[in-house]
Amino acid sequence: MNDKADVWQGTLALMVLKTIETLGPLHGYGIGRRIEQTSGNLLSLNYGTLYPALLKLEQEGSIASEWGVSENNRKAKFYKLTRAGRKQLEKEARNWEQATAIVGRFLSPSKDPV
Amino acid sequence: MRPLRAFLLRFTGLFPNARRERALADEIEGHLQMHIDDNLRSGMTPEQARRDAVLKLGGVEPTKEAYRERSTIPILENLLQDVRFAIRQLRKNPGFTTTAVLMLALGMCASVSIFAFVDAALIKPLPYKNPARLVGVFEISGKCPQCPLSYPDYLDWKKLNEVFSSLEVYQHHSAILATPRGAQPAHSARVSDGFFHTLGITPMLGRDFRPGEDLLSAPRTILLSYAAWQTRYGGKRDVLGKTVVLDGNPNVIIGVLPENFHFAPAEPAEFWTTLHPSGGCDLNRYCHDLFGIARLKDGMSIQTALAGMKSIAKQLEKEYPSNRGQGANVIPLTEVIVGNIRPILLVLLGGAVLLLLIASVNVASLLLVRSEGRRREVAVRNALGASRARLIGQFVTEGLVLVVTGSALGLFAAEWVMQLLAGLIPADMMAGMPYLEGLGFNPRVLAFAGIIALMAAVLFAATPALRLPLSEMRTGLTEGSRGSAGNAWRRLGSKLVAVELATAMVLLVGAGLLGKSLYRLLRVDLGFQPDRLIVLDLAAQHASYPKDEQAVALNREILNHIAILPGVTSVATTAVLPVSFNGDTDWIRFVGHPYNGEHNEVLEREVSASYFRTLGAKLVRGRYFTDADDLSKPRVVIINQTLAKRYYPGEDPIGKKIGDGDLSPKSIRQIVGVVEDFREGPLDAAIWPAEYLPFNQNPDTYCALVVRTPQTGQSFFHTLTAAIHQIDSGIVTSAPVAMDDRIHDSPSAYLHRSSAWLVGGFAALALLLGVIGLYGVIAYSVSQRTREIGVRMALGAEPGAVYRLILKEAGWLTAIGIVIGLMCSVAAATLMRGLLFGTPPWDAPTLAAVAAVLAISALLASYIPARRAASVNPVEALRAE
Repeated sequence: MNDKADVWQGTLALMVLKTIETLGPLHGYGIGRRIEQTSGNLLSLNYGTLYPALLKLEQEGSIASEWGVSENNRKAKFYKLTRAGRKQLEKEARNWEQATAIVGRFLSPSKDPV
Repeated sequence: MRPLRAFLLRFTGLFPNARRERALADEIEGHLQMHIDDNLRSGMTPEQARRDAVLKLGGVEPTKEAYRERSTIPILENLLQDVRFAIRQLRKNPGFTTTAVLMLALGMCASVSIFAFVDAALIKPLPYKNPARLVGVFEISGKCPQCPLSYPDYLDWKKLNEVFSSLEVYQHHSAILATPRGAQPAHSARVSDGFFHTLGITPMLGRDFRPGEDLLSAPRTILLSYAAWQTRYGGKRDVLGKTVVLDGNPNVIIGVLPENFHFAPAEPAEFWTTLHPSGGCDLNRYCHDLFGIARLKDGMSIQTALAGMKSIAKQLEKEYPSNRGQGANVIPLTEVIVGNIRPILLVLLGGAVLLLLIASVNVASLLLVRSEGRRREVAVRNALGASRARLIGQFVTEGLVLVVTGSALGLFAAEWVMQLLAGLIPADMMAGMPYLEGLGFNPRVLAFAGIIALMAAVLFAATPALRLPLSEMRTGLTEGSRGSAGNAWRRLGSKLVAVELATAMVLLVGAGLLGKSLYRLLRVDLGFQPDRLIVLDLAAQHASYPKDEQAVALNREILNHIAILPGVTSVATTAVLPVSFNGDTDWIRFVGHPYNGEHNEVLEREVSASYFRTLGAKLVRGRYFTDADDLSKPRVVIINQTLAKRYYPGEDPIGKKIGDGDLSPKSIRQIVGVVEDFREGPLDAAIWPAEYLPFNQNPDTYCALVVRTPQTGQSFFHTLTAAIHQIDSGIVTSAPVAMDDRIHDSPSAYLHRSSAWLVGGFAALALLLGVIGLYGVIAYSVSQRTREIGVRMALGAEPGAVYRLILKEAGWLTAIGIVIGLMCSVAAATLMRGLLFGTPPWDAPTLAAVAAVLAISALLASYIPARRAASVNPVEALRAE
């Protein structure tokens, strides 16, 4: 368990948005499972932290929720991406890629002659 | 945008919502079920499956708590909790809460109400364009710093000055208005053509006066005040072009002034006409009846303007003998308009603020007592894990709740008190203070209230919070139970009480001095008998009595007609009633005295033969006028003693002659009598030299009637005016009034009385609050020292010794309060000495009386707790712990 990484502050929202974009409307449990799977089980996610994050995204208007029934007939709240959420996802994904690219350039050995 | 939306949603989350709670529970439950289903499928036992699901979630309650925190605003949530707790605490203690809230409301109400007046009069800008650049322009001669200009001087000043972009004049005028129901008196004003343009006022209907429209040759035009338009013309827009007949002259209405326009020095004017200079006064350099206003040129300072005008006045002094000793004065227009009531308003505001101070200090010391009583509660909550910040927050919140409640109550009361105070101002005086209209809450008044509330909140939050050092909290549990007197409280609380007593002293002394001034003012020697005198003003149309002989005949007829009314002892007329103003003056020269062109300025009053006898003024030498002193006889004059003493020291003035500045033959009159001084000017002004001329030699179509009669009441007043109208229905009369009432309601008496009453009211409340404060301190001290007193008595202390112990404590506080109060009082009284009349600011009897009242009240307040202390049963006191 110890080699599993915690979720960094601020990246959870991005992962949630991307997950909903990929899979369409989904309940909290499904989102949590999917994030863990996508990380190749490298991330250890406390499912409890998902719900305040989902509430925050909903308050900000990035996602909307509605009650539905899960695949095995459990009552669950399904979250789906709004138009504003889609835009936010694009923007944050771009920011993230840019940031990782910059950090990556620092970490990978320089090929440029000095 | 997004954070804002989130914030608003979280804000609505502050309100408890059962449905949201249920939805959250459902969502978490659904989550767990799905997880458990998956776990079961992967082969776990049911218990394992549930345990793993809950573990992975991080616990059900922590998840819900994190969710709830996100759904509201935690700081506000805490605050709301504190407020709820504070209200519960305050409701548990209704005595304390009511006292504190009422005191705060009282202080708030008093200071906000008075501030509203201060704002309306002194802070709110005058409703003119760029009012700071407007100035009043006056002539100075002798004792008169704001004297009117003569029309020829005005023309010269207007032409020669280089400091004003415009210079205009105005004059209040009592006119006779022709109406379908007969002649009526009406207030009007005469102004020069650019008057409204200079103020930056455009008529709301029609047009302003055009340049040159104030000349005699121009057709007569008139502007209506908004009020006159509404009341006399029903606000109809077709008034333009209609004719108003004033003093027999038809004027064409060319416009209506805006509703918010007012010009206090000429109010209450319904009709605004132009000068149309004509007749004796306007063309005469000796006759001064116009007041100037001007707009300073851009960048021109008032000092430069004054210097410029002074040099013009100097030049005119050389040119015209009439202008000798005649200077110029330029002062800000606001000073002209509100200069007279500024000191009174500031004193009242000072009084109200002091009252607020006492009230706040009282509440602060009550809070302090309470916080002492709650040391154990605080210690317990601290021990249970409440942070210091949270504990202090609790006290702050309690203070805030008190302030908000007290302020709200105070503001409601202030709205009512403001209208009450404004309603108490006599209509005549209110008409001269149009800026007080629309008195009430505005952003400035609310800001003032807000600042007061904020300061009170800081004070109330700080006093108990400061008393919460963390180290003491731990000992609170043990020490609190021992009930030792809160030493720190005794140090701070007792100082607060001394401050209260000192403040109460200042207010009491202020009230005492103002009260004494009023007493002196109303008992000032008038020099005549004001009781059983009825007075009224009357004016006949000049056109009906164009010749002097006709005016004399009319006057005789009126006097004869009134004299035979039943119950009338005697009747007379004068140009100006006594106790009016030191104005309407004449410059005289004494035949046989050296003369260097100086202005010998004396009051001039044209009176009927029976005037002095009717008033009850005493003749010192010579004779009274007789009805035979008319135009066919040599001119005569009666002077008052001040004139005799000033200009005929050591001489007998009887038989001496006086005349105008040129000693022109027809102005020469012989002094036939000297009367004892009686008060022509306001009650609080010095007596001026005065000359009295026989009406029959100086007739006019207006005068004031003075009737001595034991009768009063409306029916007699009606008989009186009916008798006058029987002679000529074209004569207009003012409402008859008893001389006593007129003096009682005169502006100087009114101002002194209102300030004395208001400050007196503040002082009474301050005394009450101060004494309650002292009682609170002593009573608390006694309750804290019950054990100590018990021990003393058990060891043999007599009740007398206990009395002494308690009264000594009270005595010290009172003595300190009185000494500080005395010093502050004299300082404060010196600041308001302008409002005192015949009373020095250090008036010893007042100071001594106030100190005695305060000392006796304080003694009474501390006697009750002292008696309780002396009756302590030592056994009970020791067992009680």
